[in-house]
Formats: sequence, structure tokens, C-alpha cells
Amino acid sequence: MKREVPLIITFVAGAVMIVQFYTLPLSWLGDLFNDFFNIIVTCAYVLGAASLLIANGRKIQRQAPGWGYNAVLLLSLLATLFCGFCIFPQGGLPTDAGTPFDWIFQNVYTPMSAATYSLLAFYIASASYRAFRARSAEATILLVTAFMVMLFRIPLGELLWEQLPILHYLDIGDFIETWIIGGFNTAGQRAIMLGASVGLISVSLKILLGIERSYLGSAD
Amino acid sequence: MDAFFCWDKLNNLIGVLFISGCIAWHTFQARRGARPFIRRLPALGALDDAIGRAVEMGKPVLYIPGVADIDDAQTLASVSVLERVAEDVASYDMPLLVPNCCSVVMSMTQEVVRSAYAKAGHPEAFQSDYVRYLCDEQFGFAAGASGIMMRERPAAIFYIGNFLGEALILAENGNASGAIQVAGTATVSQLPFFVASCDYTLIGEELYAASAYLSQDPMQLGSLKGQDAVKAVIMFIIVFGTVLYSLGFTWVKDLLTP
Repeated sequence: MKREVPLIITFVAGAVMIVQFYTLPLSWLGDLFNDFFNIIVTCAYVLGAASLLIANGRKIQRQAPGWGYNAVLLLSLLATLFCGFCIFPQGGLPTDAGTPFDWIFQNVYTPMSAATYSLLAFYIASASYRAFRARSAEATILLVTAFMVMLFRIPLGELLWEQLPILHYLDIGDFIETWIIGGFNTAGQRAIMLGASVGLISVSLKILLGIERSYLGSAD
Repeated sequence: MDAFFCWDKLNNLIGVLFISGCIAWHTFQARRGARPFIRRLPALGALDDAIGRAVEMGKPVLYIPGVADIDDAQTLASVSVLERVAEDVASYDMPLLVPNCCSVVMSMTQEVVRSAYAKAGHPEAFQSDYVRYLCDEQFGFAAGASGIMMRERPAAIFYIGNFLGEALILAENGNASGAIQVAGTATVSQLPFFVASCDYTLIGEELYAASAYLSQDPMQLGSLKGQDAVKAVIMFIIVFGTVLYSLGFTWVKDLLTP
């Protein structure tokens, strides 16, 4: 029964979501099941918080190397929880402008997220350096294509192109837009998306029919 | 009847029924004994090499199941691959670290990894902080997972699932840590980053095929054959539709448009 009940729930939930997608009177079932999902996810946050507390608490208790970082993490977590649950005006919400919770979001969380995101600029440069080394025919084609797309989509590139004899009659910006980005690039991306979509249907079908059961863990 | 059925989705329904029917037919053919040929996927062949390297070096293996929740099929496909990886790692009695971005996924991966250690005969080797929740926010998660890479220095890192803007941050940090990296995602926008930064990459549908490939279960392999048949039909429709459209006949396009 440990495996049969989850399999039945999976099949019923999946079948209901498919039926409600095609039928007008049953479309409310989709919203209802989405509400169920949101409730489960919200309850699971407690598990997440517990996992954080246990994993970091143990390191602090053992005074493992770098335990100070774990302490900062736990203090931040508890302080944010306290602000969210306890400090907000009567009749208002913790997320209202001017509350301590909002202050943490605007002045701590958002800049830190932006800082991490901005690291991508450096990582793109280092990844591109490795990818664009002309070690094989494919890598050379990639290098030449990337060079063209990067150079000739900026005004300087177009200015340089206009100085070239004969070739300047060709509209390089249009060639890159229409052929490289709109043609080869889009065709390749759509081929991957089509294959992935068929794979997605296949995985969904296997899960609905109970052929794929990895997500249940072991039968033991 | 008009008030009951969404007629504008009729072509969608026919398409889904055709694809599902084709996959189901090949799946049950395989159950009768037909064993299809499956081409070699180098990224999945590298799983064993990566785990073997970790065993030789005595270092942990890191598995990241993406940043999407459990309602994403890529996460479910990732959990299937995790099961095989966990069984292999557990059989060598080595640590497998699985940081999670979503708490529902964490409870599922925890069960899968714990079961794998029990199945391998080392239930005591599993520690609850091997599978842990880090953060729901993608860049917070990227920072936490990158910290684990730099502190624990895993010998092998797997990124299998749905990744967004944090993909390159993770892959570049993994690269800097010196680990062998295997990635797999169907998120087209992140594929170039993984291809550039990782040693092996499962591209698009290969992620969904991974579970069947690793399990060698005839029914699952049969479903791959079904997918290939569907793709052949789609390719025919694309070529046929393009020729007809170029000649001025638009009925194939009209048929496929909602």
C-alpha cells in the first residue's frame, strides 16, 4: 500500500488536470488542484526551515570550520522571521512599505541578489574564453559566428563594414538578424524544444501510468 | 456540447492523443520482448567515470536537481537520474551531497538518497545533512551551492534539471573547484552556458531519456522508440507543411493553429 496509494493519487491528479484543460465546466478543478499544490508547498517550507536549522545548528554546536557563517545565516533567518511575524502596523501587512520586513527586502535582499546576478558578466567572459578557443572545426565556426554577431550588431561594427570594398553592398545587420539569429539559431533552438516537448509528454505519460516510479523512492 | 468542450483545443487534443498513443504502443510492444536499439549518450556514460573519480580521490559527489519545484517535469526526470547516481555512490559508501532550492523537492530527494543508501547495505552511512535545503531564491541558492563547492571540493558535480540565470554561476564555480561536471537541462536559454562550462551535457530530450537509458528497463526503452517515431512524423509535417505553404496552400498551418 505504501506505493499503491501515491500511484493512485498521481494518476487521479494527472487525469483530472488533463480533463479540466479540455472541458469548460470542469476548469475550476484545475484551480482547486493548484490550490492544493500551493498549500502543500507552503507546509513544506516548515521542512525547509527545519532542515536549515538542523544542518546549521549542528555545525555551530560542533564549532566546525566556518561555523561563524552558519551563525550569521541562522541569526538572519530568525531576525527576518521575527520582523515578518511580529513587527508590522495593526491592520497592515508585513510586506507593506516602511515595515522592517520591507526594509530588509529593499536594502539587504535586493542588493545582494543584484550583486550575485552581476557576477554573471565575469563568468560569461571566462566561459566564452574557453568555448571560443578554435580547437576544432566546430569551435572555429562558433568563434567566427560569435565574432560577427558581437561586432556587427553595434554601430562601430557597421562603420567598419561600410569601409570594406564590394562587401559593403551587403546589409550585414540584416544578414545577421535574418540568417544567423532568425535562421540557424532559431531553427536549432526549436529543434531542441520540439524534442524536449515530446520527451516531456513521454515522461508525464510514464509517471501517470506508473511505469516511472523513481520519485517514490525505494519500495523497501 | 459547445458549452462543455473547448473546441479551439481540438487540434491540441488530437496531437496529444497521437503522441501519447504512439509512445504507449511502443512501450507495450517493448514489454512483449521487442528490444529497441538506443544510441550511446556520452554524458550518461560519463556518470560512472565521474563517480569512480570521486571514489579514487575520496571526495564527495555533488548533485543539484535544478531550481524548479516538483511540478516541473525536468525535476521529476532529475530525480530519476538521482536515484541511479545515489545507488552508485552509496555502493561505494561515499558521501552524496544534494542541496535543494525547493523544500518539496528536498523531501523527495531525501527519500530517494536515503533509500539508495539502505539498498546498498549502508543505511548508517546516510547523514541527514547530505540532502539539505538552502534557499528558494535562485541567486541565494547559487551562492549557497557555490559555497559548498568551494568548501567541500567535490570530485564530481551533476547539474540535472531546470536551471535559470544561476546556471553559469554554478557551472563556473564548479569548474574553478576542479570537479568533473555533467549537466543536463531542457531549458534552451541555459544550454550554451552548460556546454561551455561542463565536461558533458545532456541536451533537451536527452534529459528525459536519461532515466530509461540508465535503467535499461525494456518498457522505458520502448517509450524512447515511440518518441523517435513521433519526431519522424513531426519532421515530415514540417517539411510537407513548408512545401505546401510555399506553394500557397495554408491548410497545414491552419490545422496546427489554435
